[in-house]
Amino acid sequence: MLEVNVSLRRGEFELEAEFAASTPGVTALFGRSGSGKTTVINLIAGLLEPDRGRIAVDGTVLHDSDRGASIPPQRRRIGYVFQDALLFPHLDVESNLRYGQRRATPRGSRDELLEAAALLGLTDLLARRPHQLSGGERQRVSLGRALLSRPRLLLLDEPLSSLDAARRDELLPWFEALRDRQAIPIVYVSHEFEEVVRLASHVVLLEHGRVAAQGNVCDLALVPQLRAVLAPDLVGAVVDGRTESVDPSTRLARIRIGHSLVTASGTDLRVGQAVRMQLLARDLILATIRPTGLSVRNEIEGTIRAVIDDGPDAVLVEVDVGGPVLLARVTRPAAADLSLEPGRRVWVLVKALSLRGHVYARS
Amino acid sequence: MMITAAEWEALRLSLYVALRSVALGLPLAIAAAWTLSRSRFLGRALLDALVHLPLVLPPVVVGYLLLLLFGTRGPLGAWLDQAFGIRLAFTSAGAALATAVMAFPLMVRAIRLSLESIDPGLEDAARMLGAGPLDRFCTITLPLMAPGIVAGAITAFAAGLGEFGAVITFASNIPGETRTLPLALYTALQSPGGDALAARLAGLSFLLGLTGLVLAEWVSRALRRRVGR
Repeated sequence: MLEVNVSLRRGEFELEAEFAASTPGVTALFGRSGSGKTTVINLIAGLLEPDRGRIAVDGTVLHDSDRGASIPPQRRRIGYVFQDALLFPHLDVESNLRYGQRRATPRGSRDELLEAAALLGLTDLLARRPHQLSGGERQRVSLGRALLSRPRLLLLDEPLSSLDAARRDELLPWFEALRDRQAIPIVYVSHEFEEVVRLASHVVLLEHGRVAAQGNVCDLALVPQLRAVLAPDLVGAVVDGRTESVDPSTRLARIRIGHSLVTASGTDLRVGQAVRMQLLARDLILATIRPTGLSVRNEIEGTIRAVIDDGPDAVLVEVDVGGPVLLARVTRPAAADLSLEPGRRVWVLVKALSLRGHVYARS
Repeated sequence: MMITAAEWEALRLSLYVALRSVALGLPLAIAAAWTLSRSRFLGRALLDALVHLPLVLPPVVVGYLLLLLFGTRGPLGAWLDQAFGIRLAFTSAGAALATAVMAFPLMVRAIRLSLESIDPGLEDAARMLGAGPLDRFCTITLPLMAPGIVAGAITAFAAGLGEFGAVITFASNIPGETRTLPLALYTALQSPGGDALAARLAGLSFLLGLTGLVLAEWVSRALRRRVGR
């Protein structure tokens, strides 16, 4: 369990944050820049001290202002991957990796270091200096360096934000593998919702130094506080499912979502694999009768749960599809013509191809 | 060109005094640079001014102040003499002290410059990897400011070879004890027929100073390359 309850005032900025997340797992701190995300993890790290508050990880109290107890950062055993990697420029990659390892107890062996380097694809870079590395390589070294220090908790502060899109796509799988292989709780700071969808088990939404909402990603994707932060085109339901079959010739996967099967394209999935997918509200079409003669591969039957205002031209329709809830954006005239209202039976149409790039494997 | 025994003695003494002044001043300069760039406290501006004072004061004034403090009857001088038997006024150790004070701002400036170019985040990173304050200083900060330390030391050394006013005021002009190159040059100019000797000593000083500056630049560039900046 990660428990954070802190308040801090620095000039104009005021932070008042309380959240708890189960461990291990990835807790995402999500919000606009300036919402206090980095402040929160610096408080967890101990690089900042709260005016008042308590921080505990798995029963170990890191800070408790009521009892006047605080462990200094260097003894908190927290791994921190900074936004710009912060590798030591005068040390080569191997010495950077060894820096935390040498100071951990029990002290790790060189074999362990080589194993971690191999896992992170750093074996050929061990003799290089940080300035000879690409941005993605630097972040991998930084991640390896943090992991080798045997942390009880890993803090990742927008580790992808200084990278271009290609590097980001190259690095994200490393973080997914980390989540699936290691039993270390992770706090991941991000302002990219896609990263949150792919990695997080618990999301804490920060707004002006306060927790605006928190919960699992699927629940949070539906709350208005999140929509207020997201770009309209990124609004949509996030649902967890399981692959039931994969067509070997087309590589199209059939994924169980509630009581329906959804066909998705462009994914590299195994049968039986847990997946998470994001169905963007702008991509969904609603029909009040079961349609025929359409090329669309997915017609998911469900019941309207709510119709929500979404600007002057559109509404968002929540559709319960047997457990999971989908979110469709339709124009106001369409909603009126079809008399979309709570309780109404509808079919949600979504192209298998529009799910390409929005289906993520989870172990 | 042959170097005479007297010239050699002045040269040797200059090198010795300059070397001792750097050895004496460097640890303090590192501490001062650290304090000035990393901590915020009341009186920081005063300390900053104090460190830089030798740059703007006439060297004779510095020598005079040293004489007041460290002379045999000065408060610190008397204490050092009684407690440790150390005499500074009119000795080569005193010449080194005077030189160190004069070169101090040069060292502090060079070190501070390289210290301020270090990303403070690196120390946070080391801290999160389990390094305590002394550990961080020795393994991260010190190696990263090495270019500035070396550059500062060499510049101070080169400048120390030629320190005149503070040395002659505080340590006097004693052959074999405090008569360094510039003092020997001055003495030669004062004696009839010493022009040739003065010219040779001036040439020697010129050569030493130039070598020092070129060396400082070269070493600090090589070190900066080593730390990847």
